[in-house]
Amino acid sequence: MALMVVKFDLKKRVKLAQTVWFMYWFAVLAGILLLSLGLFFKIELRKRSELMDNNESHFLPNLLIIMGLIACGINAFGGKVCYDSLDPLKFVKWKTVLKPFLVFCVVFNALLLVTALFCFVMRIPLQFTLAEGLKNGMKYYKDSDTPGRCYMKRTLDLMQMEFRCCGNDNYRDWFEIQWVSNRYLDFSAKEVKDRIGSNVDGQYLMDGVPFSCCNPGSPRPCIQQQMTNNSAHYSYDHYTEELNVWKRGCRDALLSYYGGIMNTIGALVVLISVTVGLQYVQSSLSSLANPEDVESESEGFLLEKSVKETFTDIMTKMKTMGKGVKVEEGGEEGIATRE
Amino acid sequence: MAVGKVTFTKAEREKLAEVLWLLNWISVVTGAILFGLGIFLKVEIQKWQEVMSEQGILYVPHMLITTGLAACGINYLGSKICLDCADTNKFLRWKLVMMPYIVCTFFFTACVLAGALLCYSIRGQLEESLYQGLRNAMRFYKDTDTPGRCYLKRTLDLLQIQFQCCGISGYRDWFQVQWISGRYLDMTDGAVVDRLRSNVEGKYLMDSVPFSCCSTISPRPCVQHRLSSASSDFSYDHQRQPLNLWRRGCGQALLDHYTGVMQSIGLTVLLIWLFELLVLTGVRYLQTAMENVLRLGDPESESDGWILEKSLAETACYNFDIIKNLGKCYQVDDDPNINVPSVAAELEVPSQQVQVQS
Repeated sequence: MALMVVKFDLKKRVKLAQTVWFMYWFAVLAGILLLSLGLFFKIELRKRSELMDNNESHFLPNLLIIMGLIACGINAFGGKVCYDSLDPLKFVKWKTVLKPFLVFCVVFNALLLVTALFCFVMRIPLQFTLAEGLKNGMKYYKDSDTPGRCYMKRTLDLMQMEFRCCGNDNYRDWFEIQWVSNRYLDFSAKEVKDRIGSNVDGQYLMDGVPFSCCNPGSPRPCIQQQMTNNSAHYSYDHYTEELNVWKRGCRDALLSYYGGIMNTIGALVVLISVTVGLQYVQSSLSSLANPEDVESESEGFLLEKSVKETFTDIMTKMKTMGKGVKVEEGGEEGIATRE
Repeated sequence: MAVGKVTFTKAEREKLAEVLWLLNWISVVTGAILFGLGIFLKVEIQKWQEVMSEQGILYVPHMLITTGLAACGINYLGSKICLDCADTNKFLRWKLVMMPYIVCTFFFTACVLAGALLCYSIRGQLEESLYQGLRNAMRFYKDTDTPGRCYLKRTLDLLQIQFQCCGISGYRDWFQVQWISGRYLDMTDGAVVDRLRSNVEGKYLMDSVPFSCCSTISPRPCVQHRLSSASSDFSYDHQRQPLNLWRRGCGQALLDHYTGVMQSIGLTVLLIWLFELLVLTGVRYLQTAMENVLRLGDPESESDGWILEKSLAETACYNFDIIKNLGKCYQVDDDPNINVPSVAAELEVPSQQVQVQS
């Protein structure tokens, strides 16, 4: 008892073949989309690799690129086979390849779903990489004269302005590191000497933030220095002041940005695999429907027997494959003992 | 003596009709491009319209939008006409419409050219509008509690950050404007009162700039305050630190940005105009060739096509006469069919005399 039997005459077969051919080309486009998504993600990671200590893992975008290329290849091949399927002469040469091809397609579809799962899961290692990278970035903010780190200040300033964030978790992170270089400090001034003496590491710490933390939407000009000293500024209370500097931390901002990209890509990959999977179903119908005689009616089915029977068949086949070696040995032994 | 006379065989006429059909469809696409360019320009202008003192410049994108829509419509009609022109029978349907259509398309093409030239000539008006608008924006920078102006501070800050500019022509423009609101000034403080008294208008002026003027490529943390006194910050000499603040003025930056956009748009519109002119010429040739075929009576024969039937001067005189006579239609002239009473009364008397004599 076959699964999903449908009767086909010539017209219906032609229609089915045409539909499946269209869907194959649509799937090629989906493959190209996958490729471009992988490239886009790779470029985005590269752009900010400085903030991640050049340590970020390119595994996911590379996987997406490879899957996209394979998808294009498979579906182009499938389209060609479909195009030839209406001509029985051409179809004969593809007939033997068809069954393994369809099996490979099902496996590829499963791999696509695994990729989508990766997209959702890779957020976690990214979080750690970002946290580490941003902490180091802030440490090297003042080293604009050290080769290899001279652009860290600019990168960090541009990032804080673009993502509307300040510091790692919030703006207080800037209070804990020295972000003004020693070249710009007057060591003869009393105030500077006091501050340097006030902590164990001899660092010039202050309760101020760089200008890139400032929020342009604040109604009052930005207060970046002496932020915790209410009496230094008229009508200022740093506990209730919401709009002065960006409240959000850059780790959160970057994580939600990259997380958003990965979620979108993951959702698209799931969508692609479902759409492409449907058309494999149709193509299997189409491939099995082609008899030698063009004009006659034929039956098409998804599986030759019912699902349970097909499953037991596969299990028995695998068992015989495993036993194949044993039976031969047993046979030889049997022959040996008889002799 | 026709202008631009070309002889067409039947096969050439049909080929011309087919080619023109295709070109008209391409023109529909270019019309859509024109429409898109108009929308893009409108969006660009509206992004920063708060720093422009007048909205008059919006008529350029509006003109591009209407011209684009008109192009789509006219060329779609043109493609239908050209498709039918290959066959003399179908051409009869369009015969009366063709001449008005060509005249309309000619005027429309002139509009496209006007649009392109506008894009280049708008620079003067734009410059004035921008400088005036920026001056107002800086004056109202501190008024974040006044309805209608509360977002000017944010707009100006974002402008200075995005275009990497400061002030109108330089950062010193901020020294002449009070950009800190009175709400955040402690009026009991002696220093504040001194500053307010130091100028005629009672404004709190300082030699500082807002944070958005800070340059991101500076190696040192931004120095925004006490910019004109040399001893203010350690190792800071304001004349030898070119990287600390953005050097460019925002007036220049915005003007360059918009001039660049408009010049590219103007160039594209000029190319579209040339293409439209080409299509118009082709349609004119097709129209005259088909009319001559009908005049000759034999659909298989060769016919002439031209741009103007007589020379340019004669056509101008002819059209001018038509326009003159349009105005004269109720005046007396030498038309024998008009009944002029004085002449008719004289004629009647001799006929009565004849009857009496016989």
